[in-house]
Amino acid sequence: MNLLGKLNWDAIPFDQPIVMGASGGMILAIVSVLGLVTLKGWVPYLWREWLTSVDHKRIGVMYLVLALLMLLRGFSDAIMMRTQQAVAAGGAQGYLPPEHFDQIFSAHGTIMIFFVAMPFVIGLMNFAVPLQLGIRDVAFPTLNSVSLWLTASGILLINVSLVVGEFAKTGWVAYPPLSELQFSPGVGVDYYLWALQISGVGTLLTGINFVTTILKMRAPGMGYMRMPVFCWTALASNLLIVAAFPVLTATLAMLLLDRYLGFHFFSVESGGNPMMYVNLFWVWGHPEVYILVLPAFGIYSEVSATFSGKPLFGYRSMVAATMVICVLAYTVWLHHFFTMGASANVNAFFGIASMIIAVPTGVKIFNWLFTMYGGRIRFTVPVLWTIGFMVTFIFGGLTGVLLALPPVDWQVHNSLFLVAHFHHVIIPGVLFGVIAGYNYWFPKAFGFKLDERWGKAAFWCWFVGFHLAFIPLYVTGLMGMTRRLQHYDVLSWQPWLLVAEVGAVVILAGIVCQIVQLVVSIRAREELRDVTGDPWNGRTLEWSTASPPPAWNFAVLPHVAGADAYWNAKQRMQASPNQPAQAREYKPIEMPKNSAIGFVNAFFAVVTGFALIWHIWWMAGAGLLGAFATLLVFAFRSEEEVEVPVEQIAQFERVHPAEVVL
Amino acid sequence: MRYFLIVVVLISAAMLSGCTEGVLDPKGPIASAERLILFNSTGIMLAIVIPTMLATLAVAFWFRSSNSRATYLPDFNYSGRLEMLVWSIPIMTVLLVGGVAWVGSYDLDPPKPITSTVKPLRVQVVSLDWKWLFIYPEQGIASVNQLTIPVGTPVSFELTSSGVMNSFFVPQLGGQIYTMAKMVTRLNLQADHPGTYRGMSANYSGAGFSDMYFAVDAVPDEKFAQWLSATRSAGPVLDAQSYSALVKPSQAIAPFTYRAAAPDLFNTILSAGSAADPLSISPTH
Repeated sequence: MNLLGKLNWDAIPFDQPIVMGASGGMILAIVSVLGLVTLKGWVPYLWREWLTSVDHKRIGVMYLVLALLMLLRGFSDAIMMRTQQAVAAGGAQGYLPPEHFDQIFSAHGTIMIFFVAMPFVIGLMNFAVPLQLGIRDVAFPTLNSVSLWLTASGILLINVSLVVGEFAKTGWVAYPPLSELQFSPGVGVDYYLWALQISGVGTLLTGINFVTTILKMRAPGMGYMRMPVFCWTALASNLLIVAAFPVLTATLAMLLLDRYLGFHFFSVESGGNPMMYVNLFWVWGHPEVYILVLPAFGIYSEVSATFSGKPLFGYRSMVAATMVICVLAYTVWLHHFFTMGASANVNAFFGIASMIIAVPTGVKIFNWLFTMYGGRIRFTVPVLWTIGFMVTFIFGGLTGVLLALPPVDWQVHNSLFLVAHFHHVIIPGVLFGVIAGYNYWFPKAFGFKLDERWGKAAFWCWFVGFHLAFIPLYVTGLMGMTRRLQHYDVLSWQPWLLVAEVGAVVILAGIVCQIVQLVVSIRAREELRDVTGDPWNGRTLEWSTASPPPAWNFAVLPHVAGADAYWNAKQRMQASPNQPAQAREYKPIEMPKNSAIGFVNAFFAVVTGFALIWHIWWMAGAGLLGAFATLLVFAFRSEEEVEVPVEQIAQFERVHPAEVVL
Repeated sequence: MRYFLIVVVLISAAMLSGCTEGVLDPKGPIASAERLILFNSTGIMLAIVIPTMLATLAVAFWFRSSNSRATYLPDFNYSGRLEMLVWSIPIMTVLLVGGVAWVGSYDLDPPKPITSTVKPLRVQVVSLDWKWLFIYPEQGIASVNQLTIPVGTPVSFELTSSGVMNSFFVPQLGGQIYTMAKMVTRLNLQADHPGTYRGMSANYSGAGFSDMYFAVDAVPDEKFAQWLSATRSAGPVLDAQSYSALVKPSQAIAPFTYRAAAPDLFNTILSAGSAADPLSISPTH
């Protein structure tokens, strides 16, 4: 018996210079960062303050770091694909052979959905939701850390696949029978499956955590109809996570059983049925779209209200629209495969159900419009992203309704028209939103604003680059170009793909601007410092505390008397400015203690995942035992909370006096 | 505005270039009907979407904080009439487009035969790794990566796959349908104009996928008859043995024809085992 399972030196692609270059660069970057951290003696600080932190704000920031790093990886894949398709016309084969190109588009989709969009959205929810609710942490802080590190484990595994072995060559949906052992005997699909299984557990735990937090832990007086809209969208998103992610886990588990133990859930023979996988995958996959986009809608709501200096227009309508989308999300999955030969009844039903989702979404667009109407709009960076979203997204919605028409879908399904459509809703819908949120909440997290000029430059590059990159894909899609082509024979597609390549380069410039924005802002942090805690004249509770907030968020939990609680408190202050400041009475605060369980558990998760991928059974057993032992140690911990003494709170409040008392 | 211009320029350019290929240049009744639905519903939605986009830009511009002539309405956050309006506009749009979807799903249902006085031509399609096999059961011939059909005759396709999922798609003749092993999907298309149209797999199926395209030659009846007799006079025979050679993965196969095809081969493929063991009836486990 081989102690290393399927693993041997052949797993490392020495013969592929592009792969070796990329993995070499990645390893070099990781080693130099680790080296710098060690040499500078930052390890104890990082361990104590960040890696073992159970503070929702720090966990949120770490999710964002993961998302931004993975955005670079996912984008590298994107620009490689665009370059390949820009050159591989006629007889040309381009510079990427099929076995490499096929891995790249599979990795691009998987990474962008699971490891960019998801951590971005979850990170912002982690950071902002407890602050907006006026509470000190989420319901299960240690579990939150476990979730973060399980997501990081998935990310690590998917990046290891670049160096050791290969990634799936099945597309990010991994439809069987192609993803079955018979047609994909390599470890690529196993990397895909285990990375998603491990991070999926983390995501499910996040969902449970946030549903509990939002339902059970709001500040005194904050009824449901007083919650900021971002919290409503976070609630909807997490309800969707709780209901949808188990379906994904079960589906992937069945595919794992097929691949590892010779089951026949989705195989072509012995009664298996691949159509089951396609259905189950999209029963998760379509709600996933709303898991991502609803929190982004929440950010647009916060941004448009704050920077217009007005309450959100039609708050109740917005809440209703959010919850309608939350329910309807489960009634439309079949539109992903109108081409699978369902009956006309089924196609018509799901086509119309899909269109109905355009109703609450349209309502939202109009309500943002009326929120701006009569406002005093400050054109800050988050506002640019929001307006850019509104004018772009309605066209993405239009092409979405076209795809919901079965007869049109039969003509453009799986074409570049479809690719253009879902980028047209995910990039303006989700990515513009999370970047708006990143610019909006950055001063709250770090105490200084991000540079405006570079932020605006990033927006314009992204906005222009996006249209250059994806409008041509609608055209080639209508010309009959399918997705995932490594080369093609139709020369008239090439000019459009060259334009798309230029668009990708402009987006690259946008990403560079964002990196420069961050560096410039850190260097100029003293000029950009926010000492008030309320740099945007905000409306919701997160702006009532210091920037960055103390670990306990609020020295005294705010009492909420209505929607837009902080704004209304500021209005009352202005109306009667000479009221004597009330002396505040502080009480000691119990805060959850830092815990290494998340990090250690993730270590064992990576070991187990890697061992299972390579069939190293003893190591998989050891990893599982280790994870179990970690949980056991945690279960028998002697103390779980630390008390913040009154003096420490009072000291912080003296340095950061609250201008408005809630 | 520049955005709008880009879109208009690109879409009109697409229309022009679409004159030679693609779904905007239909050559049969099904594709024409589908394009009509595409145009109608785009038109209906643009009537809402363009004013909304312009209103967004106008409102954002007019209510900029530096514009002292704009009225500040800090408490304008509800209006029953506007709420009514914002819910009813998308609802009415969806009612309209939903009707189009409902009627279209039935009228253009892929398995629905095309109404015609001409007897349809039956073609059995098998997607293989990575090429297309077309069996003409009534003519007793077959072809690979090349589909020849008579103009003006409805073509009734029965489709399956030897292994992985593919999608049979000829954009200029009509919508696509998946091919799946051990299952039959059905599609009805018709070419009204002679010509050569590009067909392909529209569902990624592995390493050789990019070369999985074929030419559809739509020819007048007499030419079709000539093609039939020419095909019958030369080439290999498609039977269980040559099928098991054909089914082995191969890429970028030049088109060729079989002068004869074993009857019932399609049904044998349907009930057969995996690609590794293509024609065994029972699973070998």
